[in-house]
Amino acid sequence: MNRVGTRGLSLNEKLLFEHSRPGRCGYDLPPLDVPSAEPPEALVRDDIPGFPELSEIDVARHFTRLSSWNYGVDSGFYPLGSCTMKYNPKVNEVACRLPGFADLHPHTPQKLAQGALALMYELQEDLKEISGFDGITLQPGAGAHGELAGMLMVRAWQQARGAQRNKVLIPDTAHGTNPATAALCGYEVVPVPSENGVVTVETIEGLMDDGVAALMITNPNTLGLFETYIADVCRVVHERGGLVYCDGANLNALLGIARPGDMGIDVMHFNLHKTFSTPHGGGGPGAGPVGVSAELEPFLPVPVVDRTAEGYFLDWDRPHSIGRMKGFYGHFGVLVRAWTYIRAMGAEGLRRTAEMAVLNANYVRARLESSYHLPYVARSLHEVVFSDRNLGGGCKTLDLAKRLIDYGFHPPTIYFPLVVSGAIMIEPTESESQETLDEFCEAMEAIAREASEDPGLLKDAPRLTRLGRLDETRAARRPRLRWQP
Amino acid sequence: MRYIPHNEEDVLRMLDAIGVDTLESLFEEVPSSLRHDAPLNLPAARAESDLLAELARIARCNGAGGTYRAFLGAGAYDHFIPAVVDHLLSRSEFYTAYTPYQPEISQGTLQAIFEFQTLICQLTGMGVANASMYDGASSCAEAVLMACRVTRRRKVILSRALHPDYLETIRTYGRYLDMEWVDLPFGEDGAFDPDALSRLLDEECAAVVVGYPNFFGVMEDLATVSRLAHEHDARLVVAVQEPLSLGLFKSPGELGADIVVGEGQSFGLPLSYGGPYLGFFAARESDVRNLPGRLVGETVDTEGRRGFVLTLATREQHIRREKATSNICSNQGLCALAATIYLALLGRQGLPELARHNYSKACYARERIAAVDGYSLPFNAPVFNEFVVEGPRAAEGILQKLQERDILGGVALSPWFPDMSNRFLVCVTERNCREDIDAFVEALSGGEA
Repeated sequence: MNRVGTRGLSLNEKLLFEHSRPGRCGYDLPPLDVPSAEPPEALVRDDIPGFPELSEIDVARHFTRLSSWNYGVDSGFYPLGSCTMKYNPKVNEVACRLPGFADLHPHTPQKLAQGALALMYELQEDLKEISGFDGITLQPGAGAHGELAGMLMVRAWQQARGAQRNKVLIPDTAHGTNPATAALCGYEVVPVPSENGVVTVETIEGLMDDGVAALMITNPNTLGLFETYIADVCRVVHERGGLVYCDGANLNALLGIARPGDMGIDVMHFNLHKTFSTPHGGGGPGAGPVGVSAELEPFLPVPVVDRTAEGYFLDWDRPHSIGRMKGFYGHFGVLVRAWTYIRAMGAEGLRRTAEMAVLNANYVRARLESSYHLPYVARSLHEVVFSDRNLGGGCKTLDLAKRLIDYGFHPPTIYFPLVVSGAIMIEPTESESQETLDEFCEAMEAIAREASEDPGLLKDAPRLTRLGRLDETRAARRPRLRWQP
Repeated sequence: MRYIPHNEEDVLRMLDAIGVDTLESLFEEVPSSLRHDAPLNLPAARAESDLLAELARIARCNGAGGTYRAFLGAGAYDHFIPAVVDHLLSRSEFYTAYTPYQPEISQGTLQAIFEFQTLICQLTGMGVANASMYDGASSCAEAVLMACRVTRRRKVILSRALHPDYLETIRTYGRYLDMEWVDLPFGEDGAFDPDALSRLLDEECAAVVVGYPNFFGVMEDLATVSRLAHEHDARLVVAVQEPLSLGLFKSPGELGADIVVGEGQSFGLPLSYGGPYLGFFAARESDVRNLPGRLVGETVDTEGRRGFVLTLATREQHIRREKATSNICSNQGLCALAATIYLALLGRQGLPELARHNYSKACYARERIAAVDGYSLPFNAPVFNEFVVEGPRAAEGILQKLQERDILGGVALSPWFPDMSNRFLVCVTERNCREDIDAFVEALSGGEA
């Protein structure tokens, strides 16, 4: 019997729907102060079958228990590579909930929304300064959404020049969303092989022709390596009529050190939830502003926040705009958090962020190099990729990841990037102290020993969680995507 | 540097372990010509106390709720949010987690999303729902792409009474894909014109897209659209702009919808100047492998205990890359959690009651405004909690006058419908008490506006 508390304080919890008792409700309304009205009977629904009936305490307890089964950055070290799981400052959460921000309706007359518009304008300016771009849109709702906006601008720019270009070059070290984004813009994807983990000028020279609209590169790339030849790569792409898109997910490594706009990149998205410390909330919301060079500015999605002597305003009058990416103006609540973070850090703090993020990654690398196989030797920036090649006992990356959970750590990103077989991608971020990194490295070393001596410890892991390893194959073969009575 | 733990001693010790002398040398792969040597031109770091004072000052420059009697809707709705919603949402085990790639330590997020998917299915009357999308507009654009994908057709009929943000977003998404857009006009009553729809439909049509409620607050006759669309094997995409309406009105699934998308902000999310909000996306079970975005499914662990995982990843960008059903990576996990908590609180009784409450308030406001000299209701189809008002002169001027009396009376329609210069959209929710409505009506009738 699945009783509450059967595993000590690891409380069991049914689904909302299974708690339901007729007549319970966790909400009440003030008395209706106008006459009651009824819509035409034919339009009214009888019931919402299956909808839960719960009191407030049922709901409070249910979600409190669910939260205890989650691992977040506040629970512990979260070295998920390429996801930049840094600490989320609590003041950010206070900031976005301030009256005046949280209760501001998006159709409020602009004169009465000057605070919000000023903050958005300032964030645009800050992002320009940090990245070296000339124009910014804050509208996209996530990194991949920013990619889509960016690539639509690339296509609009090419079309405005009368160019018929249908291909996009994408290195094997780029993010997984990049090919899907290119396809959404109607492009054909041409894979670009990296050499020693980076893209070379010769490779690009060989692939650039009149059919190529753009190169979509990630820098630093998903191996954690800086694209050393980026300036020359951009030059070659430009000379042959293409543009360079940069996936900005790894910008954390470059804050205050180097600016993508200065490298010759034409367009790049920011992941505010990565670089600028806004929480990812177990899947979002994020925000994916996009920076562009002056040439691409006319194509930015509408509206763009601008100002005159009279104040800030939303500029809709942009005839070359690609249009709108979503409703309203962007994930304002996330923008407030990012603005707050940038102001808390200042220029020096942002640079220190990059330095400490890179220091931490290299420290982990130095400590684990003797226990794990390192497929690329070039200097790592903010993340480092190992592989499971030297793992004993027939253990794989997945087993290592699950065993790390028993040691109390969130596993790194696994099996990504695809260019490394059995990849283990570790990104410590600047938030972590040396003590934390030492504990993590000790766990990694212990697991490497266990793999050879007692591989069952890895293969049966995790054992100290409420649930054991979950059967993902069964979930996909026999999809059960909703509760049914 | 309150967010960074390293002291100088730590830095030196770590550099030593790495085998380099300076931090600078860690960046040796970044060519010196690309280094940004000057400090970034940003304001200096602020203490938390200063920062909060500055933020409060900026926030006060906004004329948000509390200051005005507001009747604004048009895609974002002011509903009361019970305290418990934000309280639970603020548990950092929820908000500081990433996408649940490691299910054994993400069951909280995963179970909540599974519950969200179930609630959306129940509410929309559909078989399957995804784990949420950016917002209603982008969700609607994805629905159009999906309809084209499954029918292998390229013509899409878009109601002119669909929310303009949704229309523009659909056009942006489809900009470089081989698609054809056809406008479906609305009639005198503010609802789609069925005769026009009959004329426009043919065997090339992938989808018909209508709002429910539409931009004017009108509850469209879905049974008729669905019958007509299905005669030509086109898909009916229903975009729900105000989902609270589903607590009172028949579900789109019951009326024949094939894909139901919408904006979930009404369910426990603050207005927050337009975002982050919550897109929902539901469809028929047979289309499950064509759904965009993330899905959570039920499974078991090694001991046979129930658990939840992200599933059907073979549709997704990290596996199928350029052949993926969408490029979506982040969903709106935390916003979906807010909606799940909110809907759990209201439940089977509370949601219909709240919907009825909103309906009654809007009816009262409608009747009172229609009785004001010079004001009328141009559309007479059934509406939910917002409706179009026609005034005696340009709507901007009327709204400006109201604003001087601390009333935000609605949203002028002329930016989207130039021939509707005297019309504006008024929204009434449970947050507007009778006194607010009466003050609004008085301002209209007092000749002040």
